[in-house]
Amino acid sequence: MSRIPTLMPRLKEAGRKALIPYITAGDPDCDETLRIMHTLVNAGADMIELGVPFSDPMADGPVIQKACERALAKGCSLRDVLGIVRRFRETDPETPVVLMGYLNPVEAMGYETFAAMAEEAGVDGVLLVDLPPEEGDRVVPILNEHGLDAVFLLSPTTSDERIRLVSRHCSGYVYYVSLKGVTGSATIDATAVEQRVDHIRALTELPVGVGFGIRDSETARAVGRVSDAIIVGSVIVDCISRHPEAGPALHEALDRLVRPLRESLDTL
Amino acid sequence: MKLTEELLKDFPDSRGHFGDYGGRFVSETLIDSLDHLESEYRRLRDDPQFRERFERDLEDYVGRPTPLYRADRLSEETGGASIWLKREDLCHTGAHKVNNTIGQALVAHFLGKPRVIAETGAGQHGVATATVAARLGLKCKIYMGAEDVKRQSINVYRMKLLGAEVEAVEGGTRTLKDAMNEALRDWVTNVDDTFYIIGTVAGPHPYPMMVRDFQSVIGREARRQHLEKTGRLPDALVACVGGGSNAIGLFYPFLTDESVELYGVEAGGYGIETGQHAAPLSAGRPGVLHGNRTYLMEDENGQISGTHSVSAGLDYPGVGPEHSWLKDIGRAHYVSVTDDEAMDAFRTLTAVEGIMPALETAHGIAYALKLARQMTPDQSIIINLSGRGDKDMNTVARMDNIDVE
Repeated sequence: MSRIPTLMPRLKEAGRKALIPYITAGDPDCDETLRIMHTLVNAGADMIELGVPFSDPMADGPVIQKACERALAKGCSLRDVLGIVRRFRETDPETPVVLMGYLNPVEAMGYETFAAMAEEAGVDGVLLVDLPPEEGDRVVPILNEHGLDAVFLLSPTTSDERIRLVSRHCSGYVYYVSLKGVTGSATIDATAVEQRVDHIRALTELPVGVGFGIRDSETARAVGRVSDAIIVGSVIVDCISRHPEAGPALHEALDRLVRPLRESLDTL
Repeated sequence: MKLTEELLKDFPDSRGHFGDYGGRFVSETLIDSLDHLESEYRRLRDDPQFRERFERDLEDYVGRPTPLYRADRLSEETGGASIWLKREDLCHTGAHKVNNTIGQALVAHFLGKPRVIAETGAGQHGVATATVAARLGLKCKIYMGAEDVKRQSINVYRMKLLGAEVEAVEGGTRTLKDAMNEALRDWVTNVDDTFYIIGTVAGPHPYPMMVRDFQSVIGREARRQHLEKTGRLPDALVACVGGGSNAIGLFYPFLTDESVELYGVEAGGYGIETGQHAAPLSAGRPGVLHGNRTYLMEDENGQISGTHSVSAGLDYPGVGPEHSWLKDIGRAHYVSVTDDEAMDAFRTLTAVEGIMPALETAHGIAYALKLARQMTPDQSIIINLSGRGDKDMNTVARMDNIDVE
């Protein structure tokens, strides 16, 4: 059963904003990804979005595109990503893991096989960026049957009618894409995000996570103030790319990057 | 499945599905624009003012109708069926691509979008887009794989002369699919003021339907011309298939003519058995890429495979969803020819008819020559001569070890 629906109310009760880092699995390699997940949790992550590498990541900016290319060059497949989660669960039974990626690798594996393996590995949610709810009939029920949350995106251009539609199919949390663009785009407009998130809240009961364009403590605090969770991806992936040799230097750098985000959220 | 005019109205259905294929698989930010485009396009398609403008542009600017030409010496060469060429190479800018860019640029214009973007492989769609952008005074940016920029340098220069900005895409395999990824990234970022002119019958709904509608002028003319010239329908149609816009354009008005066999010819590259090709309908399986479900070339993990074809315009791992549907219901046959067979056909057509086809088009000719030999002289084939070969002079010359640069 997904850990997300129990985690989010618990955090809300405690007045804590969820910090959700995103990393691309298999970059720089699968063993290192596992260690990075533990480092992120130690630095204050409440949940992890684990990117499934894809050859054609059309919603991603250059930072995550290159991470996908590195991971695929190492041969990291969806099965390998599930293997990482299984090993993560050996020592961390608590922290929810959401797989984020594109539909085709999941479709190639087969929805039933994927959902069963993901459940068994200890995955909690799945976010497929090129799967809008209208096309989800074949996938979402299977995910739900296996206790997995299907997380969907909302954007600055989503109509009210669609916000309601998306929330009917979505569980765990909704992911509000803060700006028109790809991952790692320009910095966020906090005022616009605030207005939009308030509006979304009026239309859905689901917790609202906000991502795209959060790159430092200042933007984390501005967005955390108005949302239930913040998702931080490109700056973390960029940090990983700067330490291809991995080792302690990478983990120290990640800690230095993520801990201040945690601290700034905790001042709210 | 027996196709009727009535039945065809449901293909695609209201959500863009052709049976299992098509649909709308894009990130949330684009959905609103696609909804808007769909409703506006459905309105414009029935708007007399829009139709009049489109038809006038096809006539006065593109040069339609294009001739249906009986290739006497080519027909004699095979000793079989009579071969007719639908001369899309005589369209302004040298290929069928402009039929679609004229239509989409008009939609952009009616929607008040000041900027257009496009992906291109061989550069024909890029040139056709830059051309109509120049004519309507729209800002224009073309995405082209870095590999294709190298092998189609003449078209790159043409686009720049026409005032377009050309970005060489360095990601992935540096070909057409990567150009399309980058165009989608641009669109999601600039969705307010930008219209994405997709070059083929692929992408999210309503593109496969809209591009098909604009390209169907090819088949409507060919059907009428063949009836006028011979008093009967052709026995077979042949067209090359990359994304499949020239093929669907020719096929669509014949779909309910059961006696007419349809052949789509994919790029066999070094041969299907080598894995080095661009023939998803011949050797791929269904998956999801670039906004639609369709046959794809992918590995066992669902990663999109690199493709190979001598022709940049066919070098794409997917295909329009309507072709996937026509394959599954058995209405059209999809076959492939190799690089070498296409090159031979290029030389044959040049030598016996004085017409140099694009290397993409040469794939269709190569298969039609094989097909004609199995048919009788009282039968006839229409080949879509989708583009002219000027842009491929460098590639052909290199194979002859001649430096023309």
